[in-house]
Parts: sequence; C-alpha cells; structure tokens
Amino acid sequence: MEIPYTVEARKDTGLYNAKVGIWLFLASEVMLFGALFSSYILLRVGAASGDWPAISLAWPHGLLNIPIGTFNTAVLISSSITVVMAWASLKMHDFGKFKLYMGLTLLCALGFVSIKTYEYHEKFTHYEVRLQDGKIMTGHIQGSPMFWDLKTLADKKITALDFHPDAAKHGAKAGEAPAAKEHAKHAPIPVGEITYLSAFVPKHHTFFAIYFTLTALHALHVIGGALVMAFLWLPGAKMWKTDPERFTNRVETAGLFWHFVDLVWIFLFPVLYLL
Amino acid sequence: MQAPSHTAEHAHGHDAHHEPGFLTKYIFSSDHKVIGIQYGVTSLIFLFFGFALMMLMRWQLANPNTAIPVFGKMLEALLGDVAKDGIMSPDLYNSFGAMHGTIMVFLAIVPLAFGAFGNFVVPLQIGAPDMAFPRINMVSYQAYFLGGVVMFISFFIPGGAAKSGWTSYSPLATVADLAHRVNGQTLWLLGMVLLITSSLLGAVNFITTIIQLRAKGMSWMRLPFFVWAQFVTGFLLLLAFPPLEAAGIMQLMDNLFQTSFFLPAGLSVSGNPLPVSGGGSPLLWQHLFWFLGHPEVYVLILPGMGIVCEIIACNTRKPIWGYKALVNSVLAIGFISFIVWAHHMYLTGMGTKISTFFQTTTMIISIPSVIILTALFLSLWGGSIRFNTPMLFALAFLPMFGIGGLTGLPLGFNATDIYLHDTYYVIAHFHYVVAPGTIFALFAGVYYWFPKATGRHMNEFWGKTHFVLSLIFMNLIFMPMFMQGLAGMQRRMADGGATYSMAYAKENNTGTQDGLSPKIIKMNKTVSHAAWALGVVQIPFIINFFWSMKRGRKVTSDNPWEATTLEWQTPTPPPHGNFTTTPEVFRGPYDYSVPGHKKDFTPQNQKV
Repeated sequence: MEIPYTVEARKDTGLYNAKVGIWLFLASEVMLFGALFSSYILLRVGAASGDWPAISLAWPHGLLNIPIGTFNTAVLISSSITVVMAWASLKMHDFGKFKLYMGLTLLCALGFVSIKTYEYHEKFTHYEVRLQDGKIMTGHIQGSPMFWDLKTLADKKITALDFHPDAAKHGAKAGEAPAAKEHAKHAPIPVGEITYLSAFVPKHHTFFAIYFTLTALHALHVIGGALVMAFLWLPGAKMWKTDPERFTNRVETAGLFWHFVDLVWIFLFPVLYLL
Repeated sequence: MQAPSHTAEHAHGHDAHHEPGFLTKYIFSSDHKVIGIQYGVTSLIFLFFGFALMMLMRWQLANPNTAIPVFGKMLEALLGDVAKDGIMSPDLYNSFGAMHGTIMVFLAIVPLAFGAFGNFVVPLQIGAPDMAFPRINMVSYQAYFLGGVVMFISFFIPGGAAKSGWTSYSPLATVADLAHRVNGQTLWLLGMVLLITSSLLGAVNFITTIIQLRAKGMSWMRLPFFVWAQFVTGFLLLLAFPPLEAAGIMQLMDNLFQTSFFLPAGLSVSGNPLPVSGGGSPLLWQHLFWFLGHPEVYVLILPGMGIVCEIIACNTRKPIWGYKALVNSVLAIGFISFIVWAHHMYLTGMGTKISTFFQTTTMIISIPSVIILTALFLSLWGGSIRFNTPMLFALAFLPMFGIGGLTGLPLGFNATDIYLHDTYYVIAHFHYVVAPGTIFALFAGVYYWFPKATGRHMNEFWGKTHFVLSLIFMNLIFMPMFMQGLAGMQRRMADGGATYSMAYAKENNTGTQDGLSPKIIKMNKTVSHAAWALGVVQIPFIINFFWSMKRGRKVTSDNPWEATTLEWQTPTPPPHGNFTTTPEVFRGPYDYSVPGHKKDFTPQNQKV
C-alpha cells in the first residue's frame, strides 16, 4: 500500500502531506504560545502599580540581561538563515554544503541553549532580601549559591549572611545586570534580621513564573528541533542516497519548525527583556 | 477485538512481505481501521467506567450517608477510608464527580466520536488507502491510552483522584489536597497533557488526510457531511486544546513549584495564609479552560451530527435536505465556537460589557445549530423511512438534541443564567446534548458501521430493545433534573441537598415555605433508579456487540444498507489499503432515488 503525496505535491493543493501537517502543527503551536503570551499580558495588567521590589506585587523591570539576550537573538536568527541554506544546498544537489550549513545550525542551537543556561544560573543566584526594619534589597550571596531561602540558612546554621546588594538605582540603566564590582559596600546581615529570602526562581514573583515558563517551553522546542536536525544531519542523512527528494522535504519541514521556534523568540525577547 | 475475514488477510498478503504477528496486527498497528477499533473498544470501556462512577454517586444522592450495598464494601477494600463502612465520603464524591466529567468528555465521547468513527470511516469515505501519517496515528492512540492509564491510576494514589470538578478551577485545584505534593490533580494534569498530545496528533492527521488524500473526483462539495463534521472537529481540537495545555502547564507550576499564576495575593486556606507570592489571577484559568471548554462542546456534538446525517440519508432513501446549508452551518459553528467561551463565566464578575458581548455571540451560534437540526428534520419529509436500529437512534437524536439545545438558551442569556447557574438545570441541559444526543448518535454509528467492520449484522431485536429502554430511562434521568434545577437545587452537593439549609422545607414567619420542597428532593430517588436501570439495559448492547462479532447474521453484500458513500464500495471488512481498485468519484454523496436510475441508490463511484 502506497500513501499518495508523501513526496510529490498534490496538484490542486500544491503541497506534499508533511508540509500540510507541519503547518497545521505550527498553527496549534501558535495557540499554545499565544495562550501563554495572553497570560503574560493579563498578569502584567493585573500587577500592582509602583516600583518593584518596594511594592512586592508590582511588575519588575530591567532584571534581564539585554546584551546577552540581544546576542542570543542574533544567534537564533543566524541559525534560521543557515537552515534555509542547508535546504537550498540540497535543492542544488550539493550534499557537502548541506552538511556544513546544518552543522552550523546545530552549533547555533547549542550556543543558544548554553547562553540560556547561563542566564538561568544568573537568576538562580540573584536574591531578594527583606529585613525587619522594612528594608528590601536585591543582590548576591557570597559564593553565588543557588536556590537559598530562610530554611537553607537554618539548615546550614548560618548566623550572618554575606550579602552583596545591587547598586542602589537598580534597574535605572535598563537591563544592565549589576556585575559584582558595581555592588555597593556591604556588611554581613545577621540572620535574625532577615524576614524573607528568595532567589529569582519561578515562585518568587509571577514575572519570574511566566519568564521561566515561557523561556523553558521555548528552550524545549529548541532542543526538540535540534534533536530532529541532528538526526537529519547524521544517521538520517543516509536517505539522501536512496530518496533524495523525500530527504529534502524532511529538511524543509524541520526548517519550517525551526523558523517558528525562531519567531517565538523574536516575540519573547522584546516582551520579556525590553518592555 | 474484531474479526477480520479471510478477504482481509489475503489482501494484506499482497503488500506485507511476511504475515504480521498478533502484536503488529492488533496492538501496534498503523492501519486506520484497526486503530479506529482500538479507539472504539477503549473508549466504550471508559464510557461504561465513567457511567459506573455516576451510578455509585447516584446512591449517595438518593440515600445520603448510607452504605452502598455490595459495591460499598468493594470501594472500601480498594480505596480505603474514603469509603469507610461502604459510605461514600464527600471527598470520594468530589473525586468521582470530577473524574466522571473528565472520563466522559476526554476519554469516552471524544475518542469514540473522533478517534474511533473518524479513524475508521473518514479515509474510507474519501477514498483514501489510509491516513496521511499512519505511524503518527498509532502514536496518537498510544498517547490516548497512556493518558487513560494515568487517569485511572490516580484513583489509587494517596489522597485519591482529582476532586476539583472536571473544570479544575484554581485556586481550588491547587489547594484541594495540600497534604500530598504529588496528588490526584497532578496526575490529572499529566493525563490531560497526554490526551492533548493525542488529540493534537489526531487532528493534524485528520485534516491533512482530508485535504490531501481525497480520491480523484472527490471535490469538497462531494464530501459526505460526516467528513465535513470531522474536518471542522479536527480544527477545533487543533486550535482550542493548546490553550488548555498552556493552562495545564501553569497549574502544574502552581501545584509543584509554588508559583502564583492563578493564585491571588492574600489567599488563606483553613485560616492559614498560603506561602505564595500571589499576584496571579483565578479568572485567567477560567478563561483558558473555557477557551478549550466551549469548542470542546462542539467537538462532542459535530461528529454525532455527521453520523446522524449519514444514517438519515441512507434510511430515508432520499438526498439530505440542504447539503450546502449543512456544510456552511458546520463551518460557521467552527468559527463562532471560538468566541463564545465566557458565557460559562457570567457569575465571575467579569463585567456587564463583556457579558453582553458573549451573550450576543452565544445567541448567534445557535442559528447554525438550528439550521443543521432543521435540515435533518426536513430530510425526513416524504421519505420512505426504514426503521432499523441505527435509524431509530438517529431519529431519537433529533428531539433529544433539540431539547438540550433549546434549554441552553436561558443559560446563554446572562439575566436568566444568574438564577440557573450551577443548578441541576445546567446538568440536565448539557446531558441532554451529550447523553441522549451524542451518545445516541454514537450508538447509531456502532449499529450502522458494525457490518462493515466485522462482516456481520448486530441483532435487530436486541438492538431495538436497547434503543427503546435507553430512550425511556435517559429521559427519566434528565427530565426531573430540569425541575430540580428550576426549583433552585445546586449541583456538586455530596448529599443531594439533604442537609443544606436551602433543602429544608419549613414554614417561616410569613407562613410560606423555605427551601426545596420534599417533592424536589424525592426526585433524587427517581433519577437514581432510572440511572441504574439505564445501566442494566446496556447489558443487551454489550452482549449483542460481542456475540454478533462471531455469531451475528452474515452480510450478504459489501453494501448491506444500500448506501451511496464510498466506505460501502470496499470489500468487507476492508483490507489493509482499503480499496481493491483506486476509486474515482463522479457524483455527490447522497444520490438516493435519482429519477431514471435503475436502483434507488447510486454510489459515488458509479459513472452513470
């Protein structure tokens, strides 16, 4: 039994099956990310007015690292170009070029995920502290541990917290992540004075909740796409010898998905980093 | 499971290099017909399971806080203290209620209507050899099956299954079982993710198949109405489910990682402030849930309408009335169903302006539904109707769905909905649509396509018995609920309203009566008896179903109902690859009693 139009296009639609399939799948993906973006809007509109962290339910600004985010955007856009080049190379029957461009695409994907991991780590080591006298600070703990809270301090029997607060007008220069040397002078804070300690993890604030949910879901898509392309780059490339047209179609559909992943990031970057 | 005849095995031999083993043939099959039957059998089992939960709950409603005979002890042995001494605790009632809804909607009706009938019939009706992506089709069933397993297991974990209603409203769903970190709600969400994956894969596959694999000559306006209904259903599943997946991910974050997507600031549980950041929105969950939830209603009903349309055309022996109107209506329903969702939320205080908008769209969507129903009614006019079992179920669908639809109008107007919201009236309304509506259509489909799948007829006498008794008891169950709801009886009460203050019918100072009258409370017993009776009268169906596979009357031709659509132009049962010769289509789907033709039906692939 042969299923028609797996390789050649059907005349009246002009498409082969997988292309229809991937476009439908992407339509559903639009709804998935659309719902999350809508949630972002609703949460942000519903946030309290005023300046975070002084008002804890206000919406934080400038907490993400814009230069790194911009660089990552460039990385992902480049990968969208290389994946088209990979497909075009196949169309021109240049298998060597395909290998090169697909390899570059995978390299970009790897780069993106690595940079994203670094950014996550940056957040997991960044803290908000509230003191008994009402003072609220953001900053880093000496040694940059991750995920600490008051319970960690109690478990580790720490009596004074070696805390490096961020520079005072934090967030004024939008997005500049305060490097360690910019930190204001500090003295260890006695643990008894601390009423609240939390890293910038999802449960800390709905901003971080939606930031991590959106970017993690996006990163999963990047990883998924990269796995498919890695398959087409190495073991799957055997098909080029037996069924070149079908193989080219596979690269095309994978590429379409990759463009979508790229496009989602193009929306994510301004929404989360810039606005 | 099913009985493939020798024809099937022979034809299979042409393509396969070796005889497929039991596993590849029945369990890991990529043949759309086998997958359809897998879906069918699994979802019928879940349909009965979901109904069994309700039969147990009906004991608690009729005889609050008394031990359930026989089954009470079994529940205690299986589930422990939640059914102490065989009495259903409120917690268990809530679990069963939530899981009844979830199972019926996501594990029974949708997979039966879309997964089973869609898979089996659509490729045959459009003249395709299989689905466009047979292996994705197989994965779709496996994801559905796994989702069912996860949902089923959740009954037995500490804390029991999800107990916040099938709608899983936050914050209730997050705080309902704080004692267990991984609780019934967690499994509910994981199960839903699997089911959503399944329906996503199915939807992509169906739509691609219908767009790409139509046989030569099968233009869009020659598609049987059933295919149109499945096509629109596919789009609804494709586009409406992802927002629920997004919502599910966020609720999972709330439950496992203490985020506050749906939790407002200052939330207290049993007097203790909840240690979360707050700042979330409970309304957000409701919007995302009902963005799926309302199109889902049409996912439940459209395939049913498609089945009924096929059966009515065949058994009235005349073309369906207003085919174009039907197609346009089903498309209109598809579009409008995405902008009516907040009519489930009139009581949330989202504002009168928004309510008015959704009230308007809700009234508009009733128009295409009425057109479809009217066209089906008019199709009966002047036909020489054959009253066989499938036709009886299809005929009963029309008034039953009519009652369900029309009683929905007072719920669509926000002024009347304020009174009726969350009462038994709502239960009666949507069950009329889904139970004697969709389920009857599905029964009709089972009786109608059974000969194609197995090569044997189901027994007519027991089929008719099944029909008459089901019709009587369905109405005895749901009609009293309208009265209970109008009297003000609330849903989701673990004791049928017996101990709630509103339930006492006592004289107040002015000499009038407060609360619900004893008559209304007494109806709980009537309804429960009818529900158990409905369970009993399914036995003839179950026996008939299995008995007929092996012993039923053999079909004398490939087209026993003398129908026009392509699925009847294949060998019986259809072999792997379906058609012996590539079909070509020359005419519309319902050429019955064409003047001048020798026979009263002209198949789509017949030239003259």
